[in-house]
Amino acid sequence: MKKSVALLLAAALCLCLFVGCSGGGNSNTPATQAPDNGAAAAAPIKIGGIGPLTGGAAIYGTAAKNGATIAVEEINALGGLQFDLRYEDDAHDAEKSVNAYNTLKGWGMQIFLGSVTSTPCVATSVEANNDHIFLLTPSASSTDVLGGIANPLTGTVDIPRKDTVFQMCFVDPNQGSASAQYIADQKLGTKIAVIYKNDDVYSTGVYNSFAPKAQELGLDIVSTTTFTEDTKTDFSVQLNDAKSNGADLVFLPMYYDAAALILTQANAMGYAPKWFGIDGMDGILSVDGFNTALAEGVMLLTPFSADSSDAKTQSFVAKYQAAYGEVPNQFAADGYDCVYAIYNALTKAGVKDSSLSASELCDKLIAQFTTMTYDGITGTGMTWGADGAVTKSPKGMFIQNGVYVGMD
Amino acid sequence: MNRLKLDRSLRRDYLTYAFVIVAYVILQVFSGTKGFSPTLRGQLVPICAYVVMAMSLNLTVGILGELSLGHAGFMSVGAFSGAIAAAALQNAVPSPGLRLAIALVIGAIFAGIVGTVISVPVLRLNGDYLAIVTLAFGQIIKSLIENLYVGVDAAGLHFSFLKPHITLAQGGRMILNGPMGIPNIGKISTFLAGFILIMLTLFIIFNLVRSRAGRAIMALRDNRIAAESVGINVTKYKMMAFVTSAALAGAAGALFALGQNTIVAAKFDFNTSILILVFVVLGGLGNMFGSIIAAAALTILPEALRGFADYRMLIYAVVLILVMLGTNSPQLKGLLKKLVPGKKGEEV
Amino acid sequence: MTFLTHLINGISLGSVYAIIALGYTMVYGIAKMLNFAHGDVIMVGAYVCFFAVSSYHLPPILGVVIAMLLCTALGMLIERLAYKPLRQAASLAVLITAIGVSYFLQNGAQLLWGSNNKMFPSIIPGDGISLFGGELHISAATLVTIAACLVIMLVLTWFTGNTRIGKAMRAVSEDKGAAQLMGINVNTTISVTFAIGSALAAVAGVLYMSSYPILVPTTGSMPGIKAFTAAVFGGIGSIPGALLGGILLGVIEIFAGAYISTQLANAIVFLVLIIVLLVKPTGLLGKQVREKV
Repeated sequence: MKKSVALLLAAALCLCLFVGCSGGGNSNTPATQAPDNGAAAAAPIKIGGIGPLTGGAAIYGTAAKNGATIAVEEINALGGLQFDLRYEDDAHDAEKSVNAYNTLKGWGMQIFLGSVTSTPCVATSVEANNDHIFLLTPSASSTDVLGGIANPLTGTVDIPRKDTVFQMCFVDPNQGSASAQYIADQKLGTKIAVIYKNDDVYSTGVYNSFAPKAQELGLDIVSTTTFTEDTKTDFSVQLNDAKSNGADLVFLPMYYDAAALILTQANAMGYAPKWFGIDGMDGILSVDGFNTALAEGVMLLTPFSADSSDAKTQSFVAKYQAAYGEVPNQFAADGYDCVYAIYNALTKAGVKDSSLSASELCDKLIAQFTTMTYDGITGTGMTWGADGAVTKSPKGMFIQNGVYVGMD
Repeated sequence: MNRLKLDRSLRRDYLTYAFVIVAYVILQVFSGTKGFSPTLRGQLVPICAYVVMAMSLNLTVGILGELSLGHAGFMSVGAFSGAIAAAALQNAVPSPGLRLAIALVIGAIFAGIVGTVISVPVLRLNGDYLAIVTLAFGQIIKSLIENLYVGVDAAGLHFSFLKPHITLAQGGRMILNGPMGIPNIGKISTFLAGFILIMLTLFIIFNLVRSRAGRAIMALRDNRIAAESVGINVTKYKMMAFVTSAALAGAAGALFALGQNTIVAAKFDFNTSILILVFVVLGGLGNMFGSIIAAAALTILPEALRGFADYRMLIYAVVLILVMLGTNSPQLKGLLKKLVPGKKGEEV
Repeated sequence: MTFLTHLINGISLGSVYAIIALGYTMVYGIAKMLNFAHGDVIMVGAYVCFFAVSSYHLPPILGVVIAMLLCTALGMLIERLAYKPLRQAASLAVLITAIGVSYFLQNGAQLLWGSNNKMFPSIIPGDGISLFGGELHISAATLVTIAACLVIMLVLTWFTGNTRIGKAMRAVSEDKGAAQLMGINVNTTISVTFAIGSALAAVAGVLYMSSYPILVPTTGSMPGIKAFTAAVFGGIGSIPGALLGGILLGVIEIFAGAYISTQLANAIVFLVLIIVLLVKPTGLLGKQVREKV
């Protein structure tokens, strides 16, 4: 009797595994080693990266890691300069991120892809700057990561510039003011509601620069409401507030998981204003099972869209889908671009192998990054200033029949 | 008989002190060498902070016998008050060591005050109802700090709640930016400071436990009604243990914060409270030596498992379950006793 | 009218908390352990139903049944492997083991199913009802959740009051030792409790997802905490208390956000909880247990 129960349980568990494997994505990581095609077997340059690979933010870290992995494979297949990529998990926590950084340092990391999320990257950027290791983060967009940028609230510079730190993504305040500018220029709405995530660095950072800019441009913010990680399920209060104040455009500076819930709930209550998002909104169309009709007409400013007709983007999306079984989001594209930007800079600087120390590479890369122009899949003609922030133009997109369409 | 028991517990205390000193000396000597893992070197200060957290929670859970699910809240109060104090005193107190000492004391005082406030509901409740109040308290602290903005200029500290309305004079700067936390803490915590705090915590807890007050607290844990009937003041002793525990957690929080580059309120959430509870239970209730070992081991373990890549946290979970089963299941314990004949059961 | 809207939204949110709290309080009241893995069983149930409906195109009701069966098996397996060896150990040891199980399920789910968001399909048909010419709207998911809450509450109350095994559960909850002396198999009773609790978790997972359809491996952790709060709020072990506690928790959360501040909504919920416990130290419907010497 007991045995049969045990067997039944074992069978159930097997079924569980079966259901999972056939339905979900797989988690195998392709080797990052170069195929041995007779090229000079130069020792690879060690590139380290950190991101949340477990926990609630795992989706972002995993995407950036996967994007970077594809870029490294492509570059290694070319022969010539070889990369060895190692990604460590920080579970979106600053303390663990510094531990991961130290682990990578012990491994002999020469170039650092930073932490994927903002708060951990604020911590690791200090370490990288102290150790004089070049850091190019795919997606940690807070100004505190770079340092040397005035706080939009008080106008004070609270953190000195960390010279070795650069960003691939827009810095948060730029997104906020660019969104306000875009809404005003295109006359998209007059009465504006904002819903933002109050315990999130990214969301708050964008809001803090959006609000003053909107006021300056004469946009009327009629409703400002927030949510947190603990309350990101029910948005009825926020939506009712926006609706009862007659907002005709709702600005959503947040990631797409919460935005998908907001769109679903607004639809259920019959509220249909214009929606305006930022780059974190990208990915909403590729959520498994999301009814894309709900996102019809959503506008967003984003540097990357997986539907772009650009050849480079299409090749990347195809490879990504083949390897990981899903459509890449903006984090994956940023990770991919980071590796290529570093590769271009190293090639231009004439680096051929891994003989240079991290500090020497850092000097060469800083010199290249502040002068070079880079065309990638998250923008063309990207340049970097000495402040570490990237200059690229966000594309205004809106969603029509389930695909992105350029707004202009 | 009674004398013998006292001697034995005293011997245990001295052994714990000796262990901490020996461990410190060994780590201090080896951390300078080249072969020492940089990850572990970076973890020395956080380990000290977690050890103090575990011991202070052990005072509430193991000695007083009340379950607390919000201990990270006290750590948070200590961390933010300590870090703000250290930032504000940057120019006034140039010596980092002295500044750290002041920050630790301020962290302890603030956490102690909050502990006193929260002990009002705590003292009226028992068991799981008490646990939920501590959980609630941890959540409230997190929400409050997430909405607090602090800046400093020549005129002193400026506070703002909910909205970041702060105007600072020339040369001023923001310290705490609500949800973005404190982004640039100059690291001033050292391993030596962590060691001293651990020794101090041991000294405070052992002296409390071995005193008349400590015996009264343990009597409350073992049988509250019996203790009350022999005239032990429940309120006084419960509060004594609870507030001491909170203040020590505050000092640990300040030590932790000043060893980090950045802290955010979300760091000190329910999961952190639970993590510290895991240290305490794994190390043994009321067993300070066990808390030290468990806190250090479980802080190092996830880093040591990095070689397993994707399976790291899964293996961590399995290890946790197996250790709990191994140390608490009677069958497995019996098996262990047979294998290791000399080993005696754990005692408090 | 806005007040009514907020009230209905609060009840919608609360009904989701309540349905999770019902399963929670069941295990909690009888096995006397804080099963922190309960929220993660909810997550597993939601995933199973998601794959059954989205990938295998099974009818939703079949998906729910499969989710219930698998969760029951999972719950019993967890109980057998992780909790049963600790029956004699201190309750805190079981608590920590439950945390270990929770970590295991979350990380296992991430390895199996990836960390990407899944949008749970809307498996509850219908548009719900509209009142006052469309000014007030109650969604179908909310109606089903509230109905399920009431049905589960009534069935559980009947079950624990009238069936043999239900009575055994109450006896075990009251006094394990005495129950054993009366010839009740404590181990079996607790296993059955887990089986029922896990089946309820699957139902709760599906209904939770119907209202808030973003599914990730960490989906279960926040509702787990809220359900624990709701269970204590209503009085530990009280089945109607879990329902009441859940609904009130939802209503307070919405009102705090609507009338005070969305930034502080969570803090206010917990502040109200502390105040209520100060006035009623054993929750709203909890039994006042007189301590004996």
